[in-house]
Amino acid sequence: MTEPTPVLSLRGISKRFGAVQALDGVDFDVHAGEVVALVGDNGAGKSTLVKVMSGIYSADAGECRFEGEPVDVRSPQDATDLGIATVYQDLALADNLDVVGNLFLGHELVRVGPQLDETRMEQRAKELLGTLSTTIPSVRTEVASLSGGQRQQVAIARSLLGEPKVVLLDEPTAALGVPQTKQVLDLVRRLRDRGLGVVVISHNMADVFAVADRIQVLYLGRNNGDFATADTTREEVVAAITGLRSNGKEPS
Amino acid sequence: MSTSSAAARSAESAPMPRSPREFLRRFGQGEYGSLRVLITLAVIWIIFGLAHDRFLSAVNLTNLSLQIAGIGLISVGVVLVLLLGEIDLSVAIVSGLCAAIMAVLNVKHGWSPVLAVLVAIAAGLAIGTFQGFVHTRFGIPSFVVTLAGLLGWQGALLWVLGDTGTVNLNAAFIVDLAGTFFDDVVGWIIAAALIAVYAAVALAGRRERLKAGLDALPAGLVVARIVAVAIPVLLTVWIVNQDRGLPLALVILVGFVILFDYVTQRTRFGRHVYAVGGNEEAARRAGIRVGRVRVAVFALASMMAACGGIMLASRLLAVNQSSGGSDLLLLSIAGPVIAGTSLFGGRGRVWSALLGALVIGSISNGMDLLAYSSDTKFMVTGAVLLGAVVVDAATSRRRRRA
Repeated sequence: MTEPTPVLSLRGISKRFGAVQALDGVDFDVHAGEVVALVGDNGAGKSTLVKVMSGIYSADAGECRFEGEPVDVRSPQDATDLGIATVYQDLALADNLDVVGNLFLGHELVRVGPQLDETRMEQRAKELLGTLSTTIPSVRTEVASLSGGQRQQVAIARSLLGEPKVVLLDEPTAALGVPQTKQVLDLVRRLRDRGLGVVVISHNMADVFAVADRIQVLYLGRNNGDFATADTTREEVVAAITGLRSNGKEPS
Repeated sequence: MSTSSAAARSAESAPMPRSPREFLRRFGQGEYGSLRVLITLAVIWIIFGLAHDRFLSAVNLTNLSLQIAGIGLISVGVVLVLLLGEIDLSVAIVSGLCAAIMAVLNVKHGWSPVLAVLVAIAAGLAIGTFQGFVHTRFGIPSFVVTLAGLLGWQGALLWVLGDTGTVNLNAAFIVDLAGTFFDDVVGWIIAAALIAVYAAVALAGRRERLKAGLDALPAGLVVARIVAVAIPVLLTVWIVNQDRGLPLALVILVGFVILFDYVTQRTRFGRHVYAVGGNEEAARRAGIRVGRVRVAVFALASMMAACGGIMLASRLLAVNQSSGGSDLLLLSIAGPVIAGTSLFGGRGRVWSALLGALVIGSISNGMDLLAYSSDTKFMVTGAVLLGAVVVDAATSRRRRRA
C-alpha cells in the first residue's frame, strides 16, 4: 500500500531551551483529510511541537516538509503563508466586536478607500458558518454574549478564512461543558471532511478517541507511540503517555 | 454549567428585541446606552423647565447650544481615547495652548486668521502625535504621559501668551465661528439636507442587504428610524429659528460628531480602534499595527482639543492665562462617560460626546438660571457622573454574568 504524501511532515525535530531538551528527534505527520491527536503529559513537548509547526519557535535540528517540499518556517507569517493555521487556547477574540468583526479582524473587506464592506463580509461570514454548520445564532451577535463552545467555533472559522491546508487546534475542548464539547468536535470532523489536515492537542482521552483518526504520543520530548484510533484502546494510549509502555511506530 | 447555558440563551437573542421583557432585560444590561442618557436628559429638562419658565425658551436653548459647542468638540477626541481604554488628561490645556497659538499668531504677528486657525489645529495634531509616540514607544501609561502634558503644556501656554496675559480677538473669521447664526431658510435647508442624506444612506443600505440576500430591517422600521432622526433635527431648527437662527457653532459640532461617527463605525481604522480597546492581544495577533492606531488616536484627540479651544476662544472673544483651565478637563471627560462610553475601552459611540455635553451643559445652564452658586453646581454634576459610572459598572457586570 502506497502512503500518500503527508501534507505536513516533520522529521527529527529537536528543540532545546537552556538545559531543557524540550524536543528530541520528534517525527510527526498529518495527512489531508485526517485528524491527528497530539497527546502527552504536561511537559512532554506538545506545545513546543505545535509552536515549531506554527512558526513561533524555530527548531534547532530536523526537517519540515509541506506537501512533500522542504520548507523553512521561521515566523508565524511563514506558516500562515504556507497554509498552516493555528487556533490558540486563549482564542484571541475581541469581546466587544460581533462575529463578523472578529472573523475579518485585520483582514477587513473594504470598498471605496477605507470604508468597510459590511455586506460582503456578512455574506461571506454566513456562507462560511453555514458550510461548517456552526451553532452560532447570528453573525451580528457580539462575541461577549456567546458561549465557550460558540467562541471556539468562531476562532476555528476565522482560521479557515485564509484557506489553510492544515489547522492546529490547541486544547479546543478545554473548559467546555458536554454539549459544547460535542459541537466543537462536530466542527473538527467537518474540517476533516473538507480535506484539511487537523492536529488537535488534547488532555481529554474521551475527546481524542471521539474525533481522532490517529493518536501520536509524546513522552519527555520523544515520540512514544503512533496509534490508529480504531486499533487501540484507551489503556494502551494512557500507558504510552505515562511512559509505562510504548506501541505502534517506534522512533528510530 | 449554569453560566454557560445562560450565555447560550442570551446568545439566541437576535439584534432586535422581540418582546418588551427582552427589551427591559437588555436595557438593564446596558445595551441601549444612548436611550438611558436621553431619559436622563429628558428628566433634567423637565425639572429645570418646571423650576424656571425661561429654561426651555428659544433664547436659552440657543445659548445652551453655544455653551456646549467647545466642550463637545473636545469630548469628541476624548471618546476616541476612551475607546482604546486610555485617558488623555491634557486635552483641556492643549485646547487652551492651541487657542493661544492662534490668538498670538493672528493678533501679535498679524497672520491671517485662517492661517492662524490652521496652524493651531496642526499644533494640536503635533502635540497628540508626540504624546502618543511617547506612550507607545516607551510603554508609559497614557495617564502619566498626559499628566506630564497637563503640566508642560500649561507652561507652554503661559510662555506663548507672554507678558500681556490676555489676548483679545477681533478677526472676523475667528469671532464668527461662535457668532454666526444662519437665516431661517438656510437653517431649514441644512436640516432638510441632513435628513435627506440620512434617509438615502439608510434606504440604500437596506436595499444593498436585500440584494445580497441578507435579512434587513423591515421597511417600516427604517422609516421609523428616519422619523426618529428627523424629529429632533427639525425641532432644533424650529426652536433656534425663533431666536437668532441656527448657530454655526452647533453645525460645526454636529458635523464633527457625524464625521467621527462615520470614521469609527464604517472604516477599517475605526474597527481597529474598537479591536485594540476590546482585546489588544487579539488585535496584535490579527496583524493590526496597534502602536500606529494608538498614536493616531492621541493625535486626533489633541486635534479635536485644538478645535474645541478655538471655539471656546471665539465665544469668549479672547484667550487668557486661564484658558483650558478650571473644570474644562473634568467636564470634557465626564460628558462621554455620563452618556455611556465605557472607561474600560471598546464600548461607546462618538454621539456620547454630544449627548454628554448636553447633559452637563443643561445642568450648568439650569442652575445658573436658578441662581445657584458653583458649589451646588459642582456637587450636582459630580453626583450625575457618579450615578452614570455606577450604572455603567452595574450593567457591564450584569452583561458579563449573562
